[in-house]
Amino acid sequence: MFSTLDMHILEILCEDARVTPREIAVMTGSDENQVNLALDGLKRSGVLVGYQALINWERTEKEFVEAVIEVNVVPQREKGFDAIAQRIMQYDEVKSLYLMSGTYDLMVQCEAKTLKELAQFVHSRLSVIEGVTGTSTHFMLKTYKYAGTVFEGAASDRRQAVMP
Amino acid sequence: MNYDRVINRRIADVPPSGIRKFFDIVRQMPDAISLGVGEPDFVTPWSIRDAAIQSIEDGRTQYTSNWGLDTLREKIAAYLRMKYRVTYSAKDEVLVTVGASEGIDLALRAVICPGDEVLIPEPSYVSYAPCVTFSGGVSVPVVTRAEDEFALTPEALAAAITPRTKAIILPYPNNPTGGVMTRAQLQAIARVLEGTDIVVISDEIYSELVYSGHEHTAFASIEGMRERTVTLNGFSKAFAMTGWRVGYIAAPRELLAPMFKIHQYTMLCASIQGQIAADRALGRAFESGFEDVRTMVRSYDRRRRLMVEGFNAMGLSCFEPRGAFYVFPSIASTGMTSEEFCTKLLEQKKVACVPGTAFGASGEGHIRCSYATSLQNLNIALERIREFVAECRAQQG
Repeated sequence: MFSTLDMHILEILCEDARVTPREIAVMTGSDENQVNLALDGLKRSGVLVGYQALINWERTEKEFVEAVIEVNVVPQREKGFDAIAQRIMQYDEVKSLYLMSGTYDLMVQCEAKTLKELAQFVHSRLSVIEGVTGTSTHFMLKTYKYAGTVFEGAASDRRQAVMP
Repeated sequence: MNYDRVINRRIADVPPSGIRKFFDIVRQMPDAISLGVGEPDFVTPWSIRDAAIQSIEDGRTQYTSNWGLDTLREKIAAYLRMKYRVTYSAKDEVLVTVGASEGIDLALRAVICPGDEVLIPEPSYVSYAPCVTFSGGVSVPVVTRAEDEFALTPEALAAAITPRTKAIILPYPNNPTGGVMTRAQLQAIARVLEGTDIVVISDEIYSELVYSGHEHTAFASIEGMRERTVTLNGFSKAFAMTGWRVGYIAAPRELLAPMFKIHQYTMLCASIQGQIAADRALGRAFESGFEDVRTMVRSYDRRRRLMVEGFNAMGLSCFEPRGAFYVFPSIASTGMTSEEFCTKLLEQKKVACVPGTAFGASGEGHIRCSYATSLQNLNIALERIREFVAECRAQQG
C-alpha cells in the first residue's frame, strides 16, 4: 500500500535526495523508525531505485558527446520488444532506453567521449543487432532543462523581499 | 504651498508601515535570505498564464461587467458551495475585486460611519487598521494569544463590544500567526454575535492553506451567520497568482449592493486578463480535483514542521501554525524587542524576518518568518538564526 508518508518521502527526495531520515521525520511529523521502514519498503518494491546528483556537465571541462538515437526494430515472437531492449541496454554507452509510441520503437540516449566513438557505436554495434531495421541519430547540443531542473536561463526570485 | 494644511489629517496620522524599513535594508543586501516574503514561491502554473496570453492574442482587451466575468463568478459560487457549503447567487452575491485587498476596503467603506468601531483580532495583517481609519472608523484591537492558539475567544470578543461596534474582521487562517479557528470556536463567536447587528468581515484568503487534519471553516457556513458575513477571498495564495490582483467578495445581496456601488464608481472592474487567468485556474482545479493545490499544501506542510522544530530546538518557543505559510515564534527569551532582534539578525546574519509589532502592539516578543521559500534556504536561515541566538545568549552570560 502506497501511503501519504511514502508520497511525502518521494516528493522530498525529488527536491533534495540528501535530506536525512531524521529530517524527513521532522518534516512529516513521524518518527525516524517509521521513515526508515517506509524507505526500505520503497526500495524493496522497486519504487526508489537510486539517488543521483544533477550535474550540468556543460559547465565542466569534461569532453563528451550525447545523442538520442531513434531505433526501429522487428519485435520478436512472444518476447515483443523486451528481448532486443535487454541487449541494447547492456552497452555502457547507453544511458537511458525507452519504448516509444509513434514512428520509431526504441529511443536510446547515448554518451561517448567523442563524435567518432559514438558514430562507431551506432554503426558497428547498435545497427548490426539482429532485429534492428534502422537508426536515426540526433546529437544533443545544449541542455536547458533536465529532470525538472532548469540548467540554463533559470529565472531568479522576482518576489518582493519583504511583504506584509 | 503648505502641504500640512492640504493633506487629510486622517491619512497623514496613519504611521508608515513597519515593514518598509526592512524592505529597504534587504534590498541593499543581495546575499540576504528573506523570510519576509508574503507570497508563494511558485510561479503561476503555465496553463493559467497561457490562458491570459491567449486572451491578449484574441484581442480581449475590454472592460468586463462591473461584477466581473459571468463564467468566473459562476465558478466562484460553485467553489464556495462545493468546498465550504455556503450558497451565493453568482448573479448578485459574488463580486470580483482587485485582490482581496480591495474587498477589505469596500467592505469597510460600505458599513462604516464616522466614529464606528471595528474590532480587529491581533496580531493580524497590517492593512485592516489603516483601512478602518481611512474610512472614518475607529479600529479596536482584540488581543489573541499563543496559549489560545491565537484564536479569538468569545470572552475577549464580548468584552470588546460597545454600542458603537459596527463590524469585526475575522482574519483566519491568520497572517502572521498561522492560527486557524475550528468550527466549534467559530460557533462560540457566533453565539456572542447573535441578536446584534454586527457585520463580520471574514478574510479567508489563506483558506486553502490549512495543514494536517485541520480544516478551514467558512464563517458564513456557521448557522445563522450568513446574513451578517462578508466573505473575502481570492486567487493569490491558493493559485500562486499574487501579481494578477484578483479576489472576490461573497455576501448577501443587501450587504454586497453598497460595496458594488463603490466598486462600480472607483475600480470599474478587475483587469480582464487577471479574470481570465483566474477563470482558468478554477476550471483547471475542478478538472484535476485540486491536485496542484494539494501538492502545494503538502510541500508547505513539510516546511512548516521543519521551521517549528527548528525554532523550538533553539529555545525560541514556537506555536505550531495550522494555516497560511508563516511561523510566529516567541523571541522574548532573548531579552530583545522584536524590532531589535530583526534588525540585528539582518545586520549580523543576513536573514530578514518581520518584527511581530508590524502586526499590532500585541505582536511584541514575536517575529514572523515566512516558509514560502526553498527547503535549502530555510535550512540555511535556521542555521544562521541558531548561531545568532547562541551568540546573543553567550554575550548575556
